[in-house]
Order: sequence, then structure tokens, then C-alpha cells
Amino acid sequence: MSESDQETGIVGTQAETSEWTQELGHGERGHGDSGRERHATLRLPEGVVLDPDDIDVETPDDDTMIINMGPQHPSTHGVLRLMMELDGETVLRVKPIVGYLHTGMEKTAEELTYVQGGTNVTRMDYLSPLNNELVFSLATEALLGVELPPRAVWIRMLLSELQRMSSHLMWMATNGMDLGSTTMMIFGFREREMLLAFFEKTTGLRMNHNFIRPGGTAADLPDGWEDDVAVICDTVIDRVDTYDELLTGQPIFERRVKGVGAITAEEALALSATGPILRSTGVAWDLRRHMPYLAYDEVDFDVIVGTYGDNFDRYSIRLEEIRQSIRIVRQVLEKMPPGDYRVQDKKVTPPPRGRIDESMEALIHHFKIFTEGLKVPEGEVYVAVESPRGELGCYMVSDGSGKPYRMHIRAPSFVNLQSVPVLLRGGLVADAIATLSSVDPVLGEVDR
Amino acid sequence: MTADQEVLFPGRGEYHQVAADHRRAGFALLSDLCGVDYLTHPGRTLPAEVAPERFEVACVLVNLGERRRVRLRVQVPESDPVVPTLWDLYPGAEALEREAFDMFGIRFEDHPDLTRILMPDEWEGHPLRKDYGVGRVPVQFKEAPGPR
Repeated sequence: MSESDQETGIVGTQAETSEWTQELGHGERGHGDSGRERHATLRLPEGVVLDPDDIDVETPDDDTMIINMGPQHPSTHGVLRLMMELDGETVLRVKPIVGYLHTGMEKTAEELTYVQGGTNVTRMDYLSPLNNELVFSLATEALLGVELPPRAVWIRMLLSELQRMSSHLMWMATNGMDLGSTTMMIFGFREREMLLAFFEKTTGLRMNHNFIRPGGTAADLPDGWEDDVAVICDTVIDRVDTYDELLTGQPIFERRVKGVGAITAEEALALSATGPILRSTGVAWDLRRHMPYLAYDEVDFDVIVGTYGDNFDRYSIRLEEIRQSIRIVRQVLEKMPPGDYRVQDKKVTPPPRGRIDESMEALIHHFKIFTEGLKVPEGEVYVAVESPRGELGCYMVSDGSGKPYRMHIRAPSFVNLQSVPVLLRGGLVADAIATLSSVDPVLGEVDR
Repeated sequence: MTADQEVLFPGRGEYHQVAADHRRAGFALLSDLCGVDYLTHPGRTLPAEVAPERFEVACVLVNLGERRRVRLRVQVPESDPVVPTLWDLYPGAEALEREAFDMFGIRFEDHPDLTRILMPDEWEGHPLRKDYGVGRVPVQFKEAPGPR
């Protein structure tokens, strides 16, 4: 679509209704100095020139309609608003509008000590809170320069993989619902419930655990955790086969997802997409394998990639990643080393409860850590882990005090949302919901 | 301390060129970009040739083939908080640069749509700046119930 066509398309709509001008008009709101171009919502990477005839448009351009999906639309997985330009049933341009859930968590993080910080970051991506705690703790530990005992590392890896299973199961459920399979929704929630029950037993909470903390974990795994985890693995691997049977070969499902919402590897890379979106295009990029953290270089697993970058590939990747997570969890079960679950460094770890009753120094030490926080040396660090949604990064700046000077979370959902316009272009409105679901945005993390 | 990470400190003039060189060298993915306000920081460790300024833009480029990350840290003066955009090289920088603009008021020259992304459009100020007044909501406490 040429620039002039875009102009006439929007201006024509503006003339008819007064409301669109507020959203799409050229300024009046006082950002005139930034020289922005408000109409250009669909952008493609340099070198990938948009073919104006790539969509078979039946009606002239001035008949396009702009419609808002969300922010209260149940299929947008939270408070995401999509401003869509439609030509009949065909989606032309899309602009995701975010910020409805913005609560200033990065600002809050500057007011919380490193000990308290976990409670803040865990609320960002509420479907995989342990990964958020993990990246925050890894960043703090990188600045502190502490080496964790092996058991702490393996506990973290166990929880991280169980969390990936729970998040992907939740995705299978909601994606199934978006495509009209309520059976899949019930199944997904049912299996996730087992995992949440295990998290509750381990951490005390079903969500927002604050269990992985700088210096290790809050506690050791509960007695009998091996049996619980083995039961979870055995059950979920069977159930995943059921999903496979229910959805993968099913003609209705196949037609809804195959070839829909496709993206190329160049586009995905240029738009900084990571996680299943990038892997669905055939780029094997998984931080667990390619930039290993924790002990991922000591376990066997496959990095799952797709071929076409469509919704079906993203579905298959998540389904298979559940199996791979089970594979990792089973290896963790075998290899879990004995030892301490947190680092015995007096600067990082508070003294155990028993010592406080005996020793005045221990009491003071305990008090200091919890009131002033850990003293983290001055410096900057960027740490990234593979969350179920992609690269979850934490850029942490310390000024040597007990609170982070600046903590920035690179939220995978936030960055991945940029590929939505490319994924939706040329598709049908009915597929828009399924495609958006395949991006798996968690709005708590998008808006932070 | 930067924990064995590769960090470069290009000036504002070279920033775009340095990023373009990296992109040609195989750094195909821009994974993160954020602003930092060093207003109240007691003093950071910088190489001798880099003059510290109030703001900094830190972006992380990833080379998938070599499995390498490079972080570019650009000093941005308070009086003229403008840096060139990386959007023409990495379209994925768009939302991240909008966030940095929204939170710090750092303007990215030639960015196609430099508007607020998280805060409401009509919001005044840039919340993550260190001198941004964190507002308080006045709380009216009820009087304690009197003695019976």
C-alpha cells in the first residue's frame, strides 16, 4: 500500500466519524516535536519491501474500517488493545496499544531492597513467576559475584522447567479456547493444577512465589518431592499425547492454524522476536542451549524449531517443549545433588533462625540484611534466561547500596508484540484471535 | 564490575555507525534497549575517555552464530537528550525506544512513532527519571472512635 493510499484511507474515515481523529489525527496532543508518523503502523524490516499487492483486496482502499479489539476483549489475554484496519474481513494494518496495566514496577524496584525485589518482579509475568525471580536473582548474583552451591542451581532448574510446563499447559488451554475447543481448555487447566499444587507445597503459594532469591532459594524442596515430580511427569506426558490426538491431526484445528499468521525468519529476527515465535521460523535459538545458564549444559534436551513460522508451528513447538521439559525434569530427578540450597556467604545469606537465639551478632546481622538489604557492589549487568515466552532479560545497575539503582526487565511479551502486525497482515479477523494467542502475550509483563 | 560482559562506549555521533557495523558483522538481533538516569548515582566506573553524562542508553546486540552479546552504552547529556534511532537497522527497537522516551524523555532522532507507550498520552514528566516527583495520595484517616 503506497503512502498516498494510506492517507486517503485514513482521512476518509476521519471525515465520517469524529472519534477516530482523536486517535489517528496528526498531533494536537503536544508531541509535535518528535516528528512521528502516526499512520505507519505496519512496518517491516529494511530490505523486506512490502508488496502493495500482497493482499487480494476486493474493495477500494477508502472503504477500509478501523476497529478496536480490546482492551476488554476476552481473547486479547488481558488488557491489550489492537487497533485494526479492516477491509471487509481482511486485516490490513494493526497497531497494538499497551499500557493499560502499567503499574511502574521498574520504579517500584528502585525503592525495594534486593531481598524484597523478588516480590516485585514475580508479579510481572504471572504465568511464569519463577522465571522472573530467577533472572532477578541471577542479575543480583552476577553483581555480587557469588557462586551458588550445586543443589540451589538444580532446584532452580527443576522449578524453571516445571514452570515452563505449567505456562505452556496454560497456553494450550487458552489457545484451545480461542479456537473453540473448550475440551482443550479444561484439559490444560486440569494438568496445570497439578503443577500449581506442587508449587504450593514447595513454595507455599500457587503463584507469585518469591521462592528463588538472591543467594539460592528460600527453602529446600519438601520431603517426598521426588515422588510428586515423578507423578507429574508420568501424568503430563500421557496427557500431552492426548492433546496430540485431540488437536494435531484434527481437520478443523489444522485448517484454523496451518498457514495462518506466518512470519519469516528475517522478519522475526529484525523485530527482535524470541522464543517460540523465532523458533517457529526455523531459527534454532534457545538460551538454555546457546548461552547456557544454571546447569543446562549438563542435561540433554532438544531445541524445537518449526519450518513455516505459522500458528501450527508455534503450537507444535509448545507441545513438544512440554515433552522436552519433562525430559529435563527427569534428568534433574536423577542428578539432584545433595547439599545446601543457598550460598553460605555471610554477606548474602541471613543466619539461620537457631543462631539468632544464641548470638547477639547473628541477630544484628539478620536485622541488617533485612532492613538495609544486601550490599551489592557498584556495576551494571545484563542477564537473560529463556522464559516460556522468549528471552527474559534483566539489566541491573547498582550504586553499591542495598537497593537496585535501576532495574530494567526485558519482557519477551512486550517485544514479541511488535510482530503482531506482521503476523496478522492479510489474515482474517477470525484468525486474528488465534494468531494473537499464538504470540502468548502476558499483559502483566508487557506493561510492567 | 560488569561480570565479564562485552561493553562498548560509543559516542552519540558514532552510536548508529557502531550498531550498523555490528549488524553487518552478524549481530542480527537487538535484544534489549533501555535508558538509565545517573542523576543521583555516586559515581560509576567508566573508561577514562568517556565523559559521564546524566542519561545513558544501553542496548544489547546478539550475534546468534557466535553466541555473543555486546552492550553499547551511550552517554546522553541532560541539556540535549537526543540519540539517533536504531529503528532503521533493527525494527524491533521501536517499542523499546518508545519506552525509553516515555520513561526518560530521551528522544530518538528519526524514530517513526516516538509517542508514549506505557503512560497515557497526556501525561506530564518522565516517571523513571530520578528527579521525578513520586506523588503521594493524601489519605484521610478516620478519627479514632471516642470513649463510650
